Amino acid sequence: MSEGLETEVKTNPQGDPITSAPEAPKAESGKGRKDPHGDAKRQVEVSPEFMFNEAPREREFITGSECAKEAVRRSNVDMSVAYPITPQSETLQLIGVLYGEGYVKEFYRGEEEYGVMSAIAGASRAGVRAFTATAGPGTLRGLEPIVSWAGHRLPAVCMFTCRVVNAPLAIQPDNIEIAYLLNSGMLVFHAENQQDLFDFIMKGFIISEKNDVTLPVGVCCDGFFVTHARGYCSMPDKKYKLPARDPYRGSVPVLDAENPPARLSRDAPVQKSNFMAYNIHAVWQQEVWAGVERSRKYIEQYMDGLLEAQDVEGADVLLIASGSAAAQSREAVRQCKERGIKAGLIKIRSLRPFPTNELRKLCGKAKLIVIPEFNYTGWLAKDVATAIYGFSNAKIVAGPHVYGGMSMPVEMITDEVECGLTGKKSNTVPPSAIMGVADPAAVAEFMKSI
Amino acid sequence: MSLDYVKFTPGFGKFMPKEYRDMVEHGPFGKKTAVSQVGTFKEIMEEHPMCAGCAMTLFIRLAFIAFPNPEDTITVGTAGCGRLAISQAAVPFVYGNYGDQNGVASGLSRGLRLRFGDKPKDVVVMAGDGGMADIGFAQTLHSWFRKEKFTTIMLDNEVYGNTGGQESGMTNKGQVLKMAPLGKKFEKMDMLGMAKVAGCAYVATVVPNNPRRVESVIKKAILIAREVGPTYIQAYTSCNIEYAIPTDQVMQDAKDVENDRYKFQEYITDEAKEHLATLYGYKEYLPKPAAAVTKG
Repeated sequence: MSEGLETEVKTNPQGDPITSAPEAPKAESGKGRKDPHGDAKRQVEVSPEFMFNEAPREREFITGSECAKEAVRRSNVDMSVAYPITPQSETLQLIGVLYGEGYVKEFYRGEEEYGVMSAIAGASRAGVRAFTATAGPGTLRGLEPIVSWAGHRLPAVCMFTCRVVNAPLAIQPDNIEIAYLLNSGMLVFHAENQQDLFDFIMKGFIISEKNDVTLPVGVCCDGFFVTHARGYCSMPDKKYKLPARDPYRGSVPVLDAENPPARLSRDAPVQKSNFMAYNIHAVWQQEVWAGVERSRKYIEQYMDGLLEAQDVEGADVLLIASGSAAAQSREAVRQCKERGIKAGLIKIRSLRPFPTNELRKLCGKAKLIVIPEFNYTGWLAKDVATAIYGFSNAKIVAGPHVYGGMSMPVEMITDEVECGLTGKKSNTVPPSAIMGVADPAAVAEFMKSI
Repeated sequence: MSLDYVKFTPGFGKFMPKEYRDMVEHGPFGKKTAVSQVGTFKEIMEEHPMCAGCAMTLFIRLAFIAFPNPEDTITVGTAGCGRLAISQAAVPFVYGNYGDQNGVASGLSRGLRLRFGDKPKDVVVMAGDGGMADIGFAQTLHSWFRKEKFTTIMLDNEVYGNTGGQESGMTNKGQVLKMAPLGKKFEKMDMLGMAKVAGCAYVATVVPNNPRRVESVIKKAILIAREVGPTYIQAYTSCNIEYAIPTDQVMQDAKDVENDRYKFQEYITDEAKEHLATLYGYKEYLPKPAAAVTKG
């Protein structure tokens, strides 16, 4: 089949390996069956630079799950292990479609997330490129293996389609699980929309496998809002794929009995209580986080920076957000401007490493910072406040927050901007969650009401 | 060729520790070694921090000798006494998280197959009874149901030895141990039965006081796992500390337990027999001559 004849193949959201494989030729054509892996075999490897910056792109209107599928299709992924959980299930069943089509070479449905994340560790150790995804309770179930990936220096990409984790259990969007990932040693990116998801997954593989990084990457998005909703995603042609993983490029040897193994936790002393044990663990942790630091330059190179700043120059009010909260904040900035408020947006793409220096530079002149989040506890506000302490005199509003599946009306954010600027009492953010303003009376009032 | 990594960088040999030089010059890599030759070659695992009289250590040592292709073998384990010895061996060892060994081995063996195709890269799980039958139970069983092609060896000392002597699922009913102050209230788990039900191609029990048998079952299990399917060996490897077995009676205990509840059992599927006979020359599994007569 020549390329000229290849018509635009729309992705099939509900596809399965049979229906989405190219149709077999009609009997009268006289030719043999078409190789279902044909298109995958014809893919050509291109450099990350060509794939990300130069390859012509076409725009499609597809769901986040489909974006993940299309990213994996172009990422030369060797192996994926799947386990269903709402709202992630569709993503990994679409990766199953890719397996049927030959784009992913090895795939199976695992027993549960602990088993899946362990198998991903095994695959990464074997030197192949591995991808999986999970959500909410699945993230927590798989957390023990997940937090060990970084220490074992295992490059891989895991997508987290965030949802409620605590009781009363719900399947609805809520990104509290990111709080648990922030200290795992993996790089953590937060996608605002379908396009981000597509880009972050592909770029995640390349950054993850850089020699001086050699760490796993978590690509988070808010479940349903991104996974199930459609958005525009511009993508290079699917005839291209990223270069394969070079197993010998990592900073820690892969376990293939072809080169000397890493002396990591195989060393008995690490398990013992003596100074050498403490020292080995300590320097290893330092090295993991040094790897996280070293990834900054690649995030700048491939992802256009750890954050995106919009209209920050001269702004009195800054909205700082990640994920779906960034999308709502973008509209809030527009509405604030209509009302004559000088507002700007900082969208944080990379939560680990965290854009500390960037924020210090950008927040110096702001009077008010509002940090809307899709979770109860406000993990982003804590990180932002810690980062800019001493570098900004702005009042920081840790809110508004929605959780348990609620969407965030833009008015919630603009109200907070108004209250923050005027001193009017907020309906949604308690005074105790407003930093940078000492008002014991307000705090006492708040304490009285609970 | 993987053997390269156990050789010296030219010119550096004389500066290497004697242990290392012995391993390169007299080790088993790239050779066929047997239990009967012990003492004539440098073993993969000799020094270790295990307790005096530990039967598990003897078993692990024998297991390493039995590996058909030690230079292309990777072991996977989890928390427990065993890994303190396994990690001292001159083959790569994965020590991941609690009870994750069969999950890690699934990803590892599939990944290695993707990269190396038919070139054998043997993955061998060696973990304790607690790690396998309790905390790692789901992953163990599911790896068998999925027909993952690697070998699983249980170091069954019938107790959580490393954490100080608590009851495990493989402890015998009535046994008084920590966390079982009134004696264990249910039977020893039938992992052998479950291995068969779950589709293992080869299942065997063994005790360490019969080195040749240890060697035989491990060789078979690894060779079968390469192409046929999962294999399981359950080895009685007593804990002389928690069960208060005098050091000089550890082997007698193994013999007694073998006669009592650990009688030698071997289960092998027809496919596995054919595989051993045709690929590795196991004469006992060749088709019976009677078949040839009817043909002739």
